[in-house]
Amino acid sequence: MRVLFITILSLISLNMFAAGSKIDIPKYDWSWKGFFGTYDRASAQRGLKVYREVCAGCHSMDLIAYRNLEDLGFSEAHIKAIAAEYLIPDGPNEEGEMFEREAIPSDRFANPYPNVQAARAANNGAYPPDLSLIVKARPKGADYLKALLLGYVEAPAGKDIPEGQYYNQYMEGNLIAMPSPLSEGIVEYDDGTEATLDQMATDVTTFLAWAAEPSLEDRKRIGLKVILFLFVLLILAYISKQQIWRDIK
Amino acid sequence: MSSNDPQGYKKTLNSPYTGLKGWIDSRLPLVRMMEAEYLKFPVPKSLNYFWSFGGIAMFCLIGLILTGIFLGFHYKPSADEAFDSVERIMRDVNYGWLIRYLHANLVSFFFIATFIHIFRALYFGSYKAPRELVYLFGLTMFVLMMGTAFLGYTLPWGQMSYWGATVITNLFSAIPFVGDAILTLLLGDFNVGDSTINRFYVLHWLLAFSIVGLVVFHVITLHMTGSNNPTGSEPQSWDETVSFHPYVTIKDLNATIFFFIILAFVLFYYPNILGHSDNYIRANPMVTPAHIVPEWYFLPFYAILRAIPDKLGGVLAMFGSIAALGLLPWLDTSKVRSCLFRPVWRICVLLFAINFFVLMYMGGKPAEGIYVLISRIGTVYWFLFIFVLAPLVGFLETPRQPLSITNYLKAKKA
Repeated sequence: MRVLFITILSLISLNMFAAGSKIDIPKYDWSWKGFFGTYDRASAQRGLKVYREVCAGCHSMDLIAYRNLEDLGFSEAHIKAIAAEYLIPDGPNEEGEMFEREAIPSDRFANPYPNVQAARAANNGAYPPDLSLIVKARPKGADYLKALLLGYVEAPAGKDIPEGQYYNQYMEGNLIAMPSPLSEGIVEYDDGTEATLDQMATDVTTFLAWAAEPSLEDRKRIGLKVILFLFVLLILAYISKQQIWRDIK
Repeated sequence: MSSNDPQGYKKTLNSPYTGLKGWIDSRLPLVRMMEAEYLKFPVPKSLNYFWSFGGIAMFCLIGLILTGIFLGFHYKPSADEAFDSVERIMRDVNYGWLIRYLHANLVSFFFIATFIHIFRALYFGSYKAPRELVYLFGLTMFVLMMGTAFLGYTLPWGQMSYWGATVITNLFSAIPFVGDAILTLLLGDFNVGDSTINRFYVLHWLLAFSIVGLVVFHVITLHMTGSNNPTGSEPQSWDETVSFHPYVTIKDLNATIFFFIILAFVLFYYPNILGHSDNYIRANPMVTPAHIVPEWYFLPFYAILRAIPDKLGGVLAMFGSIAALGLLPWLDTSKVRSCLFRPVWRICVLLFAINFFVLMYMGGKPAEGIYVLISRIGTVYWFLFIFVLAPLVGFLETPRQPLSITNYLKAKKA
C-alpha cells in the first residue's frame, strides 16, 4: 500500500519536473486566488477599459453581454451608456432590410468583424481568438496571459522572424501573429491609476479572468459552506458509528 | 410444497405485514425484499473501509443522473449550438455552473471509486467462486462507464471533445472488412459532425441507464453469495456477521461523507483541474490540438493502445486488457482468496496496481522514445499477470492458513 502512494507521488513530481523544462511561465499574485479570493473590481473595471480601447479592435467577446458588467460594479445607467457606444447588426425590419442599431444592455459585446473570413483578411490570415474564455482555454490561464502580454522582448540573434510574426518569449514556438498590443500610457485610466505596462496587463487579465469564470466568487463562498457542513456531518456520523458499533467485538 | 397444494404454496407468499405496508407487500413484495436485503442482510463484521467504495460509486452514479437530467433541460446536442448551450448553463442558468461542474467532476470521482472498488476485488479475491457473476457484472458496468464517459466528454463540443471523438471512433475503422461501415454508422456521417453529437447524446443517456440496470444485477448476485471480507473466509456463524442496517449503513455513510469532502474541495476550488484547457475552445475541424489526450481515467488503456505498433493489434490489446480481467476467476488457481494469506500473489497484485499508475502516466505523454518502451513493458505485465501469474502463482505458492473472521478481528486488536 505504501509503495502505491510513493509511486503516485513520484509520478506527480516527475510530471512537474517535465512541465518545468519547457517555457517557464512566471507566477503572479491574483486577487481571486485562495479560499476567499474575489475579483478586484477596480482592476477589472480598468481592464474593461483596456479591452475596449486596445483589444476590442480585433478580439470579440461573444459570450459576454453588456448587462453582465453589473457584476463588476457598474451601474445600470453606466452600462446603458457603454452599450450605446456600439452599433450592432439587427433585422430584418418590416421592410425586410437589415440595419444597424445602438446596442442595449441585453446585447452581447459587439463583434469587431462581421465574420471569421473578414477577421482573417484583416489580420494577415491569423484569426484573433474570442476572449470570453481565453483564461480558461490556456494552460496556466491568467499567469500565461499576463506573461504573454509582457513577453515581447528582443528576438535572440539569428532567430528568423517571418513577415507578420512577432517574437514573444512566452508564446509556444516564440512566434505570435499579434504585435505587442500594450504600450506605456496607451489608455488613460479614469481613476488616475498610472497606466504602466504591468498595470494594464494585470487589469486586462483580471477583467478576462472574470469574463471566463463569472461564477467564481459564488462558487468559493458556497464551497466553504458546503465543506464546513460536510465536516460537521462527518463528526456526527462518526459519533453515531462509534455508538452503533460499540458492542461489536 | 407439492404441486397439488396451490393454497399451501400461496400461503408462503403472504406478507408478514399488516395495514398499508401489508396491502402493498402482498401485491408487490418490495417491502419484504428491502427488509431482507437492506436491513437484515447479514454482512461479515470484519469489513474494512475498502468495502465502502461500491456504495460510494452508487452515490456518484445517482448524482450523475440527477445533474445530467438538469443539464439535459438546457443542453442542445448540435454542432452549432452545443458549445454555446454549455456556456449558457455556466453563465445564465441559475446554479448552472454548480450542476455542470458537479457532473464533470463526479465522473472523475466515480472512476476513482470504481478503480479502488476493482482493486479491492483483486486484492481480497472477491472475484473468486462463488462471486464470479458479481465480478463479471461489475466489469461490464465498468466498460459501459467508460463508454458513457467517452460519449459525455464529446458533448461540450470543445476541441478535445471533437478530436478525442475523432481519434477514438477512428479505432473502429481498424476492424477488418466492416470497420468503415461501423464507423459511418457510429458517426452518422463520414466525419465527426452534427449527426454524431446528436446520436452520442442519445447513446450517452442510454448507456447511463444501462449501468443503472446492471447495478440491480450486481446487487442481486452479491446478495445471493453475501459480501466477501478481508480474510476471504466465509462467516461461520451469525456471530461473525452484523446486519446491513445500521452497522454497514453508518459505516458507509462515514466513508461517503469523507469522500464527498474531497470531491467538494476539487469541485469548489479546482473545478477544471481534472479537465483539459483546450476544451474551452470551440470545436474546430480545421485546427488539430498539439497533443490529443483523453480524460485521465482512460490514460492506462490509451497507453496500452499505443504500445502496440499495429492499429488493429492496439485496439484488440486495449479492449482485451479489460476482457482478460473477466477471465481471472477461472485463471486464478489458488484455493485461498485474500492476499493477506498469499504472500507471492500479494506482490503481483500490488505490482499490477503500480503498473496501472505507470501506464496512466505514460498514456498522458507523447507516444515516443522511452514512454513507448515503458508502456510496452506495462502492457506485457498486464497480460502476464492475468494469463501467466494467476494460474502459476496459484499452483506454486504456499498460502498461509486463512484466519476465521473472529480470529482475524482478535489478531487485529492484539
